[in-house]
Order: sequence, then structure tokens, then C-alpha cells
Amino acid sequence: MFEEIGTTTEGDLIINVGPQHPATHGVLHLVITLNGETIKKLEPHLGYIHRSIEKMCESLTYRQFIYVTSRMDYLSAHINNQACALVVEKGLQIEVPDRAKVIRVLMAELTRIASHELWWGAMAMDIGAFTPFFHAFRERETINDIMEETCGARLTMNYMVPGGVMQELHPNFQKKVKEFIKLFRLKVHEYEELLTGNIIFKNRMKDVGVLSKEDAISYGCTGPVGRGSGVSCDIRKLYPYDAYDKVQFDEVIETAGDSLARYMVRIKELHQSISIIEQLIDNIPEGDYQAKTKAVLKLPKGEFYQRVETARGEFGVYIVSEGGTTPHRIKFRSPGFSNLSALDKMARGSKLGDLVAMMGTLDLVIPDIDR
Amino acid sequence: MFIVKYIKNIFKGVKSLLVGMRRTGYYFTHHKEIITQQYPDNKETLNLPERFKGEVVLIHDENNEHACTGCTACELACPNATIKIVTKFDITAEGKKKKALDKFVYHLELCTMCNLCIIACPTDAIKMDQTFEHSVFDRKELTKILNKPGSKIRDGVE
Repeated sequence: MFEEIGTTTEGDLIINVGPQHPATHGVLHLVITLNGETIKKLEPHLGYIHRSIEKMCESLTYRQFIYVTSRMDYLSAHINNQACALVVEKGLQIEVPDRAKVIRVLMAELTRIASHELWWGAMAMDIGAFTPFFHAFRERETINDIMEETCGARLTMNYMVPGGVMQELHPNFQKKVKEFIKLFRLKVHEYEELLTGNIIFKNRMKDVGVLSKEDAISYGCTGPVGRGSGVSCDIRKLYPYDAYDKVQFDEVIETAGDSLARYMVRIKELHQSISIIEQLIDNIPEGDYQAKTKAVLKLPKGEFYQRVETARGEFGVYIVSEGGTTPHRIKFRSPGFSNLSALDKMARGSKLGDLVAMMGTLDLVIPDIDR
Repeated sequence: MFIVKYIKNIFKGVKSLLVGMRRTGYYFTHHKEIITQQYPDNKETLNLPERFKGEVVLIHDENNEHACTGCTACELACPNATIKIVTKFDITAEGKKKKALDKFVYHLELCTMCNLCIIACPTDAIKMDQTFEHSVFDRKELTKILNKPGSKIRDGVE
């Protein structure tokens, strides 16, 4: 790393972007080689909040390790938990009741909306618009309240268990979600008025951080970053899990590959998530919310993999089991890590001021990158 | 043609800014739509949902009796070794030895509120409480003994 920096030509400037303090959460350290104001090279340095979650999981049982994954990508905690529950179910061949499947999808889509809203506010704040942050958090608060009522927590819910979900839905759940959807349709329109049409915003995003389709594939970019570059990579559509094969929705794909395309993918995904919730909220099947499972779960010897679509992209859980009560080896494939690796490619040749816009549209959650 | 496009763009840009400003102006003049809660002032009226996971408590009834048999199911279910059950042997009326709960030690500082202990409990002896203000001046205060002094197991709970 330092050798490479040593080879920079005379007149180059090397600057460190972040972290302000190692104790702050979610810090990303970028070492940037600059020529004037143009970025020549960009290196992300990781490891500031490494908690060795994969190693921790090896000492936890198949029921216990699920809660740890909420601490990785904390904005799509539900979806991470869902992936872990699904991989255990796959190994044990547990038949999940239809009701649990639908509840899981509802929760996952609510999480996706909440996550995209936080991204929308935070990204606008990065770029310099402060008002959208409050608008986004106002609606996100409503989702948090719904989650709090049913799951008992606002961020790290731990609601998924192998075999279904942990608790029955709260009696108010359907009513509140319907109210929220009604309100949210109006609010998305407000978001578009505030930011999407704004000329300053458009000029800052358009043709900034262009990632071609080939590069997106070779860097393994998934989620809105991949789809913004025209890669069809929605796991919900390609490999449907839970109740996603029963709902109608479109995979949002933009072909421009710039920051504005990634922005538009997320905004359009909000509409798709609303439509998925609307299809399911009145059709939650009756039945058990959890399948009957043994008290001690033991996965058979072998390897198991399950991938899901989180708000940031493809999240995979890979478990090697030796037949015991704990995993022998566990590996998470996090979307943020692959998406971050493409940042160097995007940033080279562009101005330093545009870097913030690129990072904003990558939607980086550092604990997800740096498990 | 270029000039026309240029001027058009200026007007479009100004219009887009005005549309956004109108939205900001709307909320500037409509105070009733503000949903901010004045937190420390509304403590009396603050209602948390009954499922909110604040801390683990052992349920005692009016006779100071609980339903914990000391089976350590919660201790095994906990991912962080938050719970430690200390058992003792009671002498029953028939003169037999019987395992019973001595101390239900709960480390709040290690707890991640994952709800697994509550689900694991076969006698529903523990539940999640809605308290959330856990700041203390000394770390030792976070290690709690949940069974009240003098409490004993309810009759009929096995």
C-alpha cells in the first residue's frame, strides 16, 4: 500500500478522508491520491469496526447466531435475519407455514422502504441539502413504530427464527401498515418534488461516477448499484424465496450507470415495495406463524448457501456444517463490500467534490462492509 | 437553437427550485403536521408498546411468588451469557430434596434484547419489561438479581 503511494509522481497530493475518531460508528477511511483536484487513485482502508462476526457465529447455535447478523447491515436487519433463517430451514428441510412466509416478505419490504428512506435523507445531506433528511426520517419513524409494536425493537429486531417468525403479528399491524402506505404514496411525491426534479441536484448527479455494465459485473456490484448500471441482479426476481414468487413486481433497471441512475433505481424501488406490501397486506393467510421445530437444531453434514436481496444488494450466507449444534464455518457475502470496491473505478478521473455524490449513491453501511 | 435551449433550461431550473421551495414553505407554515415529541417532558404520557424489549424481569405475583423452576433453559438459550441461574436444594414437606432457584443473576450490560430467553422459558416465568433508561453511574449496578428477596416458587409449577 505504502509502496504504491511512494510511486506517485511529483506534484501529487495524498489526502486521508476520515475517520474523525476511531470510536465513532461506521467510519470509512479513504486514502486518495490527487492531482490538483482530480482523483488519480482511491483506496478504502477497512478494519475500524471489525468485530469478527463470522468467528463469533461459529460458537453460537443455529438459533442464536441470527441476532448477530442484525448488527452487520443494521438498516436491513430483518432481511439479514431472514437469510440466516432460510439457510437453516434449507439445511433442516423445515416447511415454513404460508403465513410466516407472507409476514416475512411484508417485514422485509417495510425494512427496504425504511432503509431507502434513510439513504435518501443521508445522501441528500451529503450533497448539501439538509431538509430532505427530516422529511425522510419523519416517515421512517412510522415504520419504526410499526416494527416496535410487532417485533419489540426499532432497529435490531431479531424477529425471524428458523421455522417462521418469533411472534404473532400485532392486532394493529394491518391497520397501521395500510395507513402508512396511504400516507407514504403522497410523501414519495413530495420527495420527488423536493429533490428529484431539483436542477442543482440533477447537475451534481448526472454523469457522475459512471460505472459501466461490464465493470459492475466484474466488481460484483449488486442491488441498486448493479441495477443502475443495467445488470439484472434482483434475487427476489431471479431466485424467489419465501413469498416473492406469489407477488407481482418489476425489477427496476436503469442503464445510464451514473449516480442519478442509482438514485432513480432506489426511488422506483420504493414504489415497487409499496406495491408488494399492498398485494400482501390484505391476503395474509391464516395458520401458524411458526413451524414446529426441534428444541436443539442440528444441521446435517454438508454445505448450505442462501442468498437474499437486502436493500443494498445480494446478501449470502454460507454455512459449512459438521453435523453439530454450531456451524463449523460461516461466511457472509455482504453487498456493501463489493459495491465499495467499485468506488475506485468510478472515482478515477473525476473531481474530489463529486466523490461525496458517488459515495452517497453507493449507500454504504460500514458495519456491513467491515463485519 | 442553443440559446433557446439555454434559456429554457434556466427557466426549468428556476421552476424546479420553486417547486421544492413551495414544499418547504408548506411545512414552514403548517405547524400541526410536525410530529416531533418533546421527549423528557412527555415522560408521563409516553406509552411504549407492550412488546418493547427493554430488560428481562422475573414475574412476581402479589404473594411474592414466581414461576422459575431453575431449569436453566434461558441460560442455555442466551447467546451472550447474560443470564446465570444459581440453584439450591429445598427440603419439601415430604422430606425430599428439590432443586429450586436461589439467584437469577442478570447482566443487563451484556444483554442485546434478542428475546430468545423469553421464548425458551417453559413456565413463562420471565418477560421483557418496557423500561429503557438504563444509565447508571457504576457498572456493577447493571448486574441484577431478578428474584426478590424472600420470594419462592408458586405452588403447582413444575
